[in-house]
Amino acid sequence: MTRYLVGKLAESLLAIWGVVTIVFFVSRVLGDPAVLLLPVGAGQQDLDALRASLGLDRPILEQYLISVLAMVRGDFGISFQHQRPAMDVVLERMPVTATLAGTALLFGTLIGAVAGAIAALKRGTISEFIVMVAALLGQATPVFWLGIMLILVFSVDLGWFPTGGSGTIAHLVLPGLTLSVFVSASIARLLRSSLLDIMREDYVRTARAKGLLPRTVFFWHIARNALIPVITMIGIIAGELLGGSVVIETVFAWPGVGRIIMQAIQAQDFPVIQAGVALVAAIFIVVNLLVDLLYGVLDPRIRRR
Amino acid sequence: MKAFFLALLKSRAGLFGFLLVSVFVLAAILAPYLGLPVPTRSNLLARMVAPTWTGLFSPGAHPLGTDELGRDILSRIVHGSRITLAIAAAAVILGGIVGTLLGIVAGYYRGMVDRVLMRIVDIQLALPLMLLALLVVAALGPSTRNLVIVLALTSWLRYARIIRGQVLALREREFILSAHAIGAGTWRIMLKHLLPNVMTPALVIATLELARIIIMDAALSFLGLGVQPPNPSWGRMLADGRVYISTAWWIVTFPGIAILLTVLSVNLLGDWLRDHFDPKLRTMR
Repeated sequence: MTRYLVGKLAESLLAIWGVVTIVFFVSRVLGDPAVLLLPVGAGQQDLDALRASLGLDRPILEQYLISVLAMVRGDFGISFQHQRPAMDVVLERMPVTATLAGTALLFGTLIGAVAGAIAALKRGTISEFIVMVAALLGQATPVFWLGIMLILVFSVDLGWFPTGGSGTIAHLVLPGLTLSVFVSASIARLLRSSLLDIMREDYVRTARAKGLLPRTVFFWHIARNALIPVITMIGIIAGELLGGSVVIETVFAWPGVGRIIMQAIQAQDFPVIQAGVALVAAIFIVVNLLVDLLYGVLDPRIRRR
Repeated sequence: MKAFFLALLKSRAGLFGFLLVSVFVLAAILAPYLGLPVPTRSNLLARMVAPTWTGLFSPGAHPLGTDELGRDILSRIVHGSRITLAIAAAAVILGGIVGTLLGIVAGYYRGMVDRVLMRIVDIQLALPLMLLALLVVAALGPSTRNLVIVLALTSWLRYARIIRGQVLALREREFILSAHAIGAGTWRIMLKHLLPNVMTPALVIATLELARIIIMDAALSFLGLGVQPPNPSWGRMLADGRVYISTAWWIVTFPGIAILLTVLSVNLLGDWLRDHFDPKLRTMR
């Protein structure tokens, strides 16, 4: 187990390094931030001085080595735009993004799990049909359009909730609902097909044949195994949502991590881009490591490996 | 082929998806010949006309209304589908070819090649697709070609992972071992013996990827990084129409329904293809 964990940790660090490297070199193609930062018509001397002070005049490989070594020490540089440590700029937005991600995950998973279980257990009934049609529609709906439609109905027509911004529970309702629909649709479909697969297994038949209560068979033999692919998916969705959904944050003017990274890309604020993407990648990797550990809890066969 | 269509006829969802996809593709191909108004011609006297269904066939009818510049929304949606579907199809084909070939190479050679490739997949998985797309489009500049490249870039790894797994199992089978024994070259084995055997899962992934890519393309256009105006694109129509949400609901509603129906029908078809050819792929995404 320890060896497995150490191996996973090494893989994770390698992945974060890879992400940082790709982002470093792609972002250098964006353009020259000095031109954006200085007023139009600034002289060549001013441009050169600013480039030198930002360290942008050195050879690209040297810049890369300097910034990677700094990142290892936890130093992501100073934001060009905000003149503050880049990681602080990103971390400040984290609670807002985490609130939205947490809400969507909580409600989305609950609704999706109940709907998926109903669809699998009531096979061939009208309940299954309704759940599956709703889930198919939910998966086919572009989230940003759903968000706009909810604003149209609940903010513009009914005036119940604000159209955008953050701060109160009322602000959270519409973006939370939008993302929940997406989360629950994916989970309902996956849980249903996963449950149906497991119900066909020999050991489930054995468990029924030896006279176990249907409830016991469902929770101890079926659900435990059917949950494994579902948990993988929840992990992936959680990682994505915690990285900030750029489009949903744009639709609802939600000041989260996704938007700050997008603004940094537009402003060619290299330190903030790097800090943001490194943070988002690290969150994704940690969430998926936790998911890996959860497999062991659910399935003792994995624990022993 | 005949057996395929007979099986398709038996599945209501699959058939519905297939028919709807066919209608959309036909509409996209035939768009210039359908007698629709020019999608880029504005008419300032007919701005934000609400949808009306009386006198549908008279000239100047706008069954889905007009936008803020008086352009016919139905025509823009139909013409927009040409661009959207062409971009999505090109991205699916490009991503599918690259991903499938890399998957075969990784599964066949195993060892170092496989490890390096799978690490690259891990790295890309940790980088949210939307951020990667935003960054690359911002770096390369928004154009149709770059959009295809970016969308393919977000797609190849899904093929690579699944195809690699299939090849790992296939390479131990007798027909591959005997191809080895009679002295077939590596490329011959990969292209003539392995590739045909992974075409079915690749096709299933491609259909499901098509749906995801259509949504992602719309999202990028919505953020202003897709097809540039005045060419109609569904995501762009949504972004522009959002401003007029309180006065003209139809501008922002109909392009979204177009995306929804297209993605729904492609998904239905893809689900059916998967269940028909390879049910095991269901929990492997």
